[in-house]
Amino acid sequence: MYRYDEFDATLVAERVAQFRGQVARRLSGALSEDEFKPLRLMNGLYLQLHAYMLRVAIPYGTLSSKQMRRLAHVARKYDKGYGHFTTRQNIQYNWPALVDTPDILDDLADVEMHAIQTSGNCIRNVTSDPYAGATADEIEDPRPYAEMIRQWSTFHPEFSFLPRKFKIAVTASDHDRAAVKVHDIGLRLYPNEAGEAGFEVLVGGGLGRTPYVGHVIRRFLPKEHLLSYLEAILRVYNTQGRRDNLYKARIKILVNSEGADRFADLVEAEWTKIKGRGVDLPAEEAARIRAYFAPPDFEDLSDRSEKLEAARAADEDFARWLRVNTKPHKAPGYAIVNISLKSIGGVPGDISDMQMEAVADLAEAYSFDEIRATHEQNLVLPHVKKDDLHAVWSALGGAGLATANIGLVSDIIACPGLDYCTLANARSIPIAQSIAERFADLGVQEDLGELKIKISGCINACGHHHVGHIGILGVDKKGEEFYQITLGGSGAEDASLGEIAGRGLSSTQVVDAVEKLVGFYRGNRQDGERFLDTYRRLGAGPFKEALYEAA
Amino acid sequence: MKAVTANRLDDGAVVYLGDDDQWTPHLCAAARFDNADAAPVLAAAKSRTAEITDAYLIEIDGEGAPAGRETLRETIRTSGPTVRPDLGLQAGASQ
Repeated sequence: MYRYDEFDATLVAERVAQFRGQVARRLSGALSEDEFKPLRLMNGLYLQLHAYMLRVAIPYGTLSSKQMRRLAHVARKYDKGYGHFTTRQNIQYNWPALVDTPDILDDLADVEMHAIQTSGNCIRNVTSDPYAGATADEIEDPRPYAEMIRQWSTFHPEFSFLPRKFKIAVTASDHDRAAVKVHDIGLRLYPNEAGEAGFEVLVGGGLGRTPYVGHVIRRFLPKEHLLSYLEAILRVYNTQGRRDNLYKARIKILVNSEGADRFADLVEAEWTKIKGRGVDLPAEEAARIRAYFAPPDFEDLSDRSEKLEAARAADEDFARWLRVNTKPHKAPGYAIVNISLKSIGGVPGDISDMQMEAVADLAEAYSFDEIRATHEQNLVLPHVKKDDLHAVWSALGGAGLATANIGLVSDIIACPGLDYCTLANARSIPIAQSIAERFADLGVQEDLGELKIKISGCINACGHHHVGHIGILGVDKKGEEFYQITLGGSGAEDASLGEIAGRGLSSTQVVDAVEKLVGFYRGNRQDGERFLDTYRRLGAGPFKEALYEAA
Repeated sequence: MKAVTANRLDDGAVVYLGDDDQWTPHLCAAARFDNADAAPVLAAAKSRTAEITDAYLIEIDGEGAPAGRETLRETIRTSGPTVRPDLGLQAGASQ
């Protein structure tokens, strides 16, 4: 894992001291709220319905056990005993007091954590594949590039007041687990015909009120030019992005109004000017960063574990969890373990302090001290020996963390919605809970296969509803919660935006509606088809008919 | 009828302007104003920037409960998240 050098440590410590002074001046009245608000936002501190909310960065979703224990400590000491993992691999606390935030940030800084780049119109915390460094299907670990982008972007003076927030995601696998096509910049590392690794660069993707799938503006960018090319994109956006209208200020609006080809030309022209002027990392510095992400010391194991096979044969619940929640690892005899934060009836992404500590203990004992957060609001133990899977499953079960539903109908992304958020028009979490309870039977869920339901409580789309196989958007209709269904979206490598199915539904109708859609899929699927595949084969018409048929 | 609400500056808690001109976490103790009288009260409340932030008016009914278009939002603010009955003022009420 990356470890802070003296620059990182100084930068974070100085930022906390600065914020401590700003908080003191706000409390004394020396700073007005208008003066203070942008300062607190630069430190990840929002004001929500019930309290402040602190969003803590987890760069590219990678955490050590020590860091996870510290997150548990913060939840217990300063909050109400839990945290909430977000759709950008961060964690949020829902109840911190303003007066405590400098102390919280000091406690986090002790373990190389902070809330920088979690808010404001800057380059936000870079996200990546939660299976990075573990999955068999990647060309190399994408995290060194995410770390290079972090170092380049943190407090970048030219890009600290962009027209709007800016989100970058990096993957190095054909299977996109980082939603790169719906980011401001999506980077996909892949090998060209000569076998060299380089980036496919997508720009202008995003959700919110004007959703777009990103456009490829460069097919193949040699790795060594990553930072200069990113800088060229940011320069074009910073000078030409709209600042007159909040709703048209994201880069996606610029890219789509100029056209992707013309935008690519603008970037190319800027890149020609700055390339070779010291923005790109020297090879030795890139190698130094890469060395932090060297694979752990995997044992030389047979890929088949007799111990695992015996346990699998003896317990169907364990066997199901293996099928659903574990994924192939690149090292023989190891597996990737997904920890669902979507217990049936629970709050998607929420985790208690005790559960955080249980995960930390398991990572320390069984996963080379590493934990990952996913953009689907779950956690991952990336490197678990197959021999240890039964022990890990048993311990997760004891902590209420062994729900075997990864990628299934109850593995729902939901934003905090009107239960917490000032922007929300409707609640998201109760809808997610009701759907999960309706499909509670894990055997039924597994039979239904991959089905991504995503729920947002307002048009800002933090719950990614546009890219749900079934998307649900909460709207306010004269003071009542209504929900609009979209169908056929995907945030993965086959990205697409969902189509609105028809008129909105009340909160009591929406669960029935999902059941009707799922029932229609089950009755019409062909061998091996996911919900999304059947939808794409048959088109929207029959699904809409099924959805709105008279009860 | 209107009441003045805000978030307390030091911890962000939801508060209401009470009859004694102090901030209270209990909506039932909030001062009630006729619609016509509320604007100057809000303006005065907003100037108390060392105590609160984000002050605004909410609609309440004759019993002092949230009313109108924002009923659900203001009910959640005053009680706590509907998905966590153990948190917020609603938790205290049930104990």
